[in-house]
Amino acid sequence: MSAPTVPGPAVADAPSGRLGPGPRRPTSRGERLGAVMAHHLYVYRRTWKGSVIGRFVSPLFFLLSMGLGLGALVDARAGGVEGLPYLRYVVPGIVAMQAMMLAFGDSTYAVMGYIKWNRMYSAMLSTPLRVGEVLWGHLLVVALQLGVATAIFLLVAAPFGAFGSWWVLLAVPVAVLTGMAFSVPTFALAAWLENDNGFSILFRFVMTPLMLFSGTFFPVDQLPGWMQPLAWVTPLWHGVELSRDASEGVWPGWAGVGHLGVLVLYVGVGAVLAHRSFTRRLLS
Amino acid sequence: MTDDVLLRARGLTKSFGDFTAVDGIDVQVLRGEAFGFLGPNGAGKSSTMKMVGCVSPVSGGELRILGMDPAADGAAIRARLGVCPQQDMLDEDLSVEENLWVYGRFFGLSRKEVRARTDELLDFAQLTERRHDRVEPLSGGMKRRLTIARALVNDPEVLLLDEPTTGLDPQARHVLWDRLYRLKREGVTLIITTHYMDEAEQLCDRLVVMDHGRIVAEGSPRELIDTYSTREVVELRFPVDEQERHVDAARAVAERVEELPDRLLAYTADGDETLARLHERGVRPLSSLVRRSTLEDVFLHLTGRSLVD
Repeated sequence: MSAPTVPGPAVADAPSGRLGPGPRRPTSRGERLGAVMAHHLYVYRRTWKGSVIGRFVSPLFFLLSMGLGLGALVDARAGGVEGLPYLRYVVPGIVAMQAMMLAFGDSTYAVMGYIKWNRMYSAMLSTPLRVGEVLWGHLLVVALQLGVATAIFLLVAAPFGAFGSWWVLLAVPVAVLTGMAFSVPTFALAAWLENDNGFSILFRFVMTPLMLFSGTFFPVDQLPGWMQPLAWVTPLWHGVELSRDASEGVWPGWAGVGHLGVLVLYVGVGAVLAHRSFTRRLLS
Repeated sequence: MTDDVLLRARGLTKSFGDFTAVDGIDVQVLRGEAFGFLGPNGAGKSSTMKMVGCVSPVSGGELRILGMDPAADGAAIRARLGVCPQQDMLDEDLSVEENLWVYGRFFGLSRKEVRARTDELLDFAQLTERRHDRVEPLSGGMKRRLTIARALVNDPEVLLLDEPTTGLDPQARHVLWDRLYRLKREGVTLIITTHYMDEAEQLCDRLVVMDHGRIVAEGSPRELIDTYSTREVVELRFPVDEQERHVDAARAVAERVEELPDRLLAYTADGDETLARLHERGVRPLSSLVRRSTLEDVFLHLTGRSLVD
């Protein structure tokens, strides 16, 4: 134990590559967003093998069971749905639905983990990163994953004759937007919840009903009248409609603008809420 | 002159609703110092550290770090700080070196700069052999050293260490202390919170003792012991129900006596002599121990409570 001394920087044994005291080079927002994305992509690089297999196999299961199995029955008994063979009716819906499921999957436990388990978000905020960059860097990687997964789905389904038009390529951005309409608000929710009990409620009482009642497997006008508005106010039905129009090369007109508007609204409101709940949780 | 004041707080306050975690503290830390906040859990140390780390807004008073205001220049300040939080906050899915790479990028370091620093930091943290391993199975001491290495990736002028050795075994603590000495020698300013008095005595040039959000004493460890305690302490243990009977006798031969549930502490300049005089009075403790005063005694004297309950 020595008396208080204030040693000056010892230049001799200073390690190489030192930046020294004084102000640091300011970074641009794009650079910082890129750095956050790089982190998530490093994590993804460790886990991609399992997820890519899942992303090939799960569309195949849906194709075989719904498209071909159920489809044969529907086509034989009802002559298809809305003038389409059931395969071509149902697959674009499943594309949008898969985007929703992946979005929930990537925006719940992962976000809570970064907040309270390994607390990486807090570690990030100890650097020059701002809360919006921590939030959007992660969201953009989710969007990227949605795009990749949807592209894989299209590649698997196309040889079965699931799509009627090359416009189906637009189903990729549609699926990304649909997924983000779920992902962004779910980020807000995950940052707001104290523990992960809420997620099972989300999966059971939000995701599952939406899967079943958003016009994915059958048109919403088959639902009882009181249930139809539920489909209109939630994002999945809008995504399903857009996806179906794209895959048949049908121009949706004003209805399409409406669908896009609803999805963008979910992303926008979700972004405000997520920013607020991240700030409250991480910078109190 | 003011350039050498890295941290200045005046009337610094942090409140959460009705609860005041930090209650108007004044602190000044100079460049190159190792400065400590010593206090029990809940004293307001971590809240102070979060404000200094610019991740928690100041509720009242004034705070300047590197001459800048965290409210206005938080990002510019954080660019020059290293933060080693109480919990490691590592990405356990990534490898040791990947944790350093991604973190360096947050500071805007180029890939080349980061890779150059990684070798050196891994060497410093004694983790070179584990560089390709995932973080998750590493020991607590290794994770903590990696957290410190990561905090150094931007070559910070100030390193904030919140309870750096809590939860580590004695050997891992000594390895860590050794690393921190080295940093101090290289001119890095250290700001440390701890509730371990031995850690504060080992590492800190100067410290403040905090209790209930306030600063109750300030000085070097030696000064604090000289001011608030005696040179030596005699620890006396008696059968449980007999301790109380001997308090008066101890008071008669020592400058001051503290009663703890399991022992009496008699404060005195010369422990052996005090013990001898107790024997003359016929006091026969089950066991006795003469030792030097520590910061624990300072804390006990200032607050009437022990640091670690």
